[in-house]
Amino acid sequence: MDKNSATSFDVLVVGAGPAGIAAAARAAEYGLRVGVVDDNVAPGGQIWRGSTHEQSTKAKVWSDRLRASGASTLFGMRVFDQPSPNVLLAEQESGVAELHYGKLILATGARERFLPFPGWTLPNVMGAGGLQALVKSGLPIEGKRVVVAGTGPLLLAVAAYLRKKGAKVRMICEQSSWNRLASFGVGLLRFPGKISQAVVLRKDLSGIPIATNSWVVQADGSLKLESVTISRSGKRERVACDYLACGFHLVPNIELPMLLGCEIRDGNVKVDEFQQTSISNMFCAGEPVGIGGVDAALVEGQIAGLAAGGRTKEARSLFSARRKARRFASALERAFRLRAELKQLPTLDTLVCRCEDVAYARLQQHDSWRAAKLHTRCGMGPCQGRVCGPATEFLLNWNPESVRPPVFPVRVESLASTTAIR
Amino acid sequence: MPSQIVLRVNGVRVSVPTGVTVAVATAMAEQACRTSVSGEPRGPLCGMGICFECRVIINGKAHCRSCQIVCEPGMDIRTNG
Repeated sequence: MDKNSATSFDVLVVGAGPAGIAAAARAAEYGLRVGVVDDNVAPGGQIWRGSTHEQSTKAKVWSDRLRASGASTLFGMRVFDQPSPNVLLAEQESGVAELHYGKLILATGARERFLPFPGWTLPNVMGAGGLQALVKSGLPIEGKRVVVAGTGPLLLAVAAYLRKKGAKVRMICEQSSWNRLASFGVGLLRFPGKISQAVVLRKDLSGIPIATNSWVVQADGSLKLESVTISRSGKRERVACDYLACGFHLVPNIELPMLLGCEIRDGNVKVDEFQQTSISNMFCAGEPVGIGGVDAALVEGQIAGLAAGGRTKEARSLFSARRKARRFASALERAFRLRAELKQLPTLDTLVCRCEDVAYARLQQHDSWRAAKLHTRCGMGPCQGRVCGPATEFLLNWNPESVRPPVFPVRVESLASTTAIR
Repeated sequence: MPSQIVLRVNGVRVSVPTGVTVAVATAMAEQACRTSVSGEPRGPLCGMGICFECRVIINGKAHCRSCQIVCEPGMDIRTNG
């Protein structure tokens, strides 16, 4: 697309992960003019990122279906503002695109939750999904010693992937208790598909110690990571490693829905049975309505795409599949809830805001996210609180306030074009 | 397409496989991506363009998220941003 172009769609989908792909494909299959916009260079979102030969069958089926559906794909474009109703602005390498829409489907996905602990800002301390993404984009990991830590089903998948790529996975540290995981495992009996995944995973992980009730309390190294100290069922242990892959499950990306005025309930975008938000021509599907994984995302994306295209009968036929996927989501939530001890991880001088280097002691002098932002610049850097916001929510029970445009940092020229349109 | 491409990280020639991201090239050159406001070296955290810890200067353009940009032959990457 050329500099400052304008395009218009019956249905515009933001996000090309599983939910967005399913939504766009279903809407376009009925002949609507559909566009799907994503800041990555290819479809798949975070879960299906990577080269085609590594893709799961589901990923291949859906990316083929998207291609065949006739939906336009707009990659390398990041939505940052809505200057007037039914228009979004997206920044790309060559300028700003004006995207006009009749119906909008928000499929903005999730990111990892990070919790601060001493040494977490050292190079080579990364998210679990973060290290996996880097390896998928070419980082040589063969022979490297990796500790995988945090919480959530992602840890096992990441450990299995890294090992397949030749990494020496020293240990998996899961903060949740064995009891909680076991009841989650029993719950899996209701989801046969998940069981076969678990069996495969178990084989891929054989020989790697999986420690429950365990978490990293400190990372050490001079210029980059050299070792981590873990708390393993109450005992301290030091493990030498080259990388730490550490993530505490997922947080939904609700910044854009918030900017657009969609009602938020308990940290998720509120939707009705047709995935419609509190704004009548906006729909939302996948992680932003509640962390639920790829199966929930696919079925909700389809419902949103069909409903946006007026196909309510077809949408309704998917309701029972969605109920099943959502039951799995609640089981996930129970199994991997964060334990209170993790609030003791940061010490007074641990940096919580990595953009502005704000230490925990400075945050403790304030009683709200807003006050801390004003006085310490916490959350005011380029990530706009996407990393420290969920951390302070857990540590200090702070709630994020309203979101203002631009929803992502953009070039001055892009902002100038916004003013021209307003 | 050649299997390797050559670029520069902080002035030093580095050869990397075609298709890898700038974050990977920077790691292969054993360089941190940026220096924080209090002087700490930083590298990638989220790997998906959200945390901005992997930002570098590419061909003179500051604040480029290296985890989302694929290497091109002759790129000049600086990590002192």
